[in-house]
Amino acid sequence: MSLFRGRRILAGAMTLVAAAAMTACGSKTTDSGGATGVTADVSGDTVKVGLLNSLSGTMAISEVTVRDAIMLAVEEINAAGGVLGRKIQPIGEDGASDWPTFAEKAEKLISEDRVAAVFGCWTSASRKAVKPVFEKNKALLFYPVQYEGLEQSPYIFYTGATTNQQIVPGLDYLKSQGAKSVYLVGSDYVFPRTANKIIKAYAAANGMTVLGEDYAPLGSTEFGTIVNKVKSSGADAVFNTLNGDSNVAFFKEYKSAGLTAAAMPVVSVSIAEEEVKGIGTQYLEGQLTAWNYYQTTPGAANSKFVAAYKAKYGADKPTSDPMEAAYVGVYLWKAMVEKAGAFDVEKVRSASDGITFEAPEGLVTVDGKTQHIAKTARIGKIGADGLITEVWNSGKPVAPDPYLKTYPWASGLS
Amino acid sequence: MTVLFGQLFTGISIGAVLLLIALGLALTFGQMNVINMAHGEFIMAGAYTTYVLQQSITGAGLSLVVALPVAFVVAGTMGALLEVLLIRRLYARPLDTLLVTWGVSLMLQQLARDIFGSPNVQTRAPELLTGNVALPGGLTVANNRLFILVLALAAVAALTLALRLTPLGRRIRAVVQNRDLAAVSGIATSRVDRTTFFVGSGLAGLAGVALTLLGPIGPTMGTNLIIDAFLVVVVGGIGQLKGSVIVAFALGVLQATGEYLTTLSVAKVIVFVAIVAFLQWRPQGLFTLRTRSLA
Repeated sequence: MSLFRGRRILAGAMTLVAAAAMTACGSKTTDSGGATGVTADVSGDTVKVGLLNSLSGTMAISEVTVRDAIMLAVEEINAAGGVLGRKIQPIGEDGASDWPTFAEKAEKLISEDRVAAVFGCWTSASRKAVKPVFEKNKALLFYPVQYEGLEQSPYIFYTGATTNQQIVPGLDYLKSQGAKSVYLVGSDYVFPRTANKIIKAYAAANGMTVLGEDYAPLGSTEFGTIVNKVKSSGADAVFNTLNGDSNVAFFKEYKSAGLTAAAMPVVSVSIAEEEVKGIGTQYLEGQLTAWNYYQTTPGAANSKFVAAYKAKYGADKPTSDPMEAAYVGVYLWKAMVEKAGAFDVEKVRSASDGITFEAPEGLVTVDGKTQHIAKTARIGKIGADGLITEVWNSGKPVAPDPYLKTYPWASGLS
Repeated sequence: MTVLFGQLFTGISIGAVLLLIALGLALTFGQMNVINMAHGEFIMAGAYTTYVLQQSITGAGLSLVVALPVAFVVAGTMGALLEVLLIRRLYARPLDTLLVTWGVSLMLQQLARDIFGSPNVQTRAPELLTGNVALPGGLTVANNRLFILVLALAAVAALTLALRLTPLGRRIRAVVQNRDLAAVSGIATSRVDRTTFFVGSGLAGLAGVALTLLGPIGPTMGTNLIIDAFLVVVVGGIGQLKGSVIVAFALGVLQATGEYLTTLSVAKVIVFVAIVAFLQWRPQGLFTLRTRSLA
């Protein structure tokens, strides 16, 4: 027995040593690859791209729709002849709502599959986890979700909104509607805390009062006290940066406390068509959202996008802002590659500035300096049918300003 | 003043929710000493039962009324099955029940994901329960929370009466106090165990129905609730129904007060610190089983 146990321990130790040796080897090869950047494998007649989204876990609800939109773009591009004469071969990986897994899968896509670009990620946590992987390997990530700004990486293209394209227009809209005071409700993690810092700076400079600021842990469903505080504060509006499930509990509590969209509107920045369907329109009707795209956004490009999406995935599937930004990302990459005449990452990056695309949301333009894109800001109102109709837009695309450098009130933020 | 009463009611309603989710556990953990980690999934089963019933019954009010007994039976049956298949083999090893039922809880979560998908689902609340009662002084009391409070108190009353007055209640108490003596007195102890588990899990099902009025229905909703439920039973004193009732409301009010004065996260810390301090002082909980009487 003791001999047997001794052997097992020995075997275990050997495995550990072997694993350590393999890891060491692995990192060595990527290091040598990292010096020049990993070159995409274009030896065949295809070009590989990576799709990195959570297909399981808590974020799957949102990220699966993003994957679907990316696949739609890939199929459309392939049907039209591909990129530089090559068909796109998508390689999908599941980030599983787990940030270390995202980093591991990103490394795999870059080093093993030698993809030309990766499309994906949703939460800021997953983006922060893969950022060093892309920078080390000098590989490209197209990130499709609105985020808290104050970031810029040479190897990430941000196709969702940064703060001055979503949060600031949301506040401008409230101000234009005569809101003098706001109450901030958010989930307790990086995005809402950073967003609220920006909102407080904006309020201070624009004669708006922030009457309160409350955070609930992600997944929290007890909003009795927060809604009581919101109600007794008498604020003109609520700015909501809650993410995920908590929205359901929050809006149910909001309604049963007798608060209405007419008396105290809530502006949300993380609820799109897909989430509206999940939360229930009876709780959301009349409330406001800030995004760059809605399924109802007018224009031929959007009619085509919505029709193609519904034909592929079902008539009851709504399209949303992050999906649209992901779809647009694939087309922008194609345009950059074609302008550069090569798949090489550095050439693609330097070709990026000024690239435009007639996106479903309207014309978008890549800003090569920040690697964000100029997008039209849109405030929408949630209707009884679960769709969001625009009540205001910025008229023209808003240039990206991730560090809010053009706003004097934001000087103390970054 | 209005704010004070508003917060007091919030605290009481948090307490009512805590009580409802802990009530079944007070029976299976408190009285039978089985650490059932799958209790939260029985709550989830009750919630999904409400959701399924709403697919076929159009009236939201009617489906809620139907859901209460159906969820009780569905969750109760799951509990009885768990007892028959696994837990009865582990009565002598209470800590092992923790591991086994934790495994079961993970399996039930995955089962829910396979059947209903991982995105959360919603039920429609009856129109009557989405509004509120306006009291003088601008105070409002949400109808759905009032309903949950009444449901929790009714469940406590029914359980207390059943344990005290019915033959089944007497048999449960006898088995809990002295299993061997109960057995030689002619009580079919294994059948009593099964029934106790049925009732305890059924109460979790009721809690599930009530929770659909407050928040989302998802595969992992039970995980968030199970810790609170255990806290209430442990602090209340194992084997003591009245302990659970008092502690549930006390924790609810403490949580609401802490949250009002600070933030939600800090309030949670305050509650946990208070519990740890309390258990240092009274490791056996608020009430203990010292006499022959029970409940």
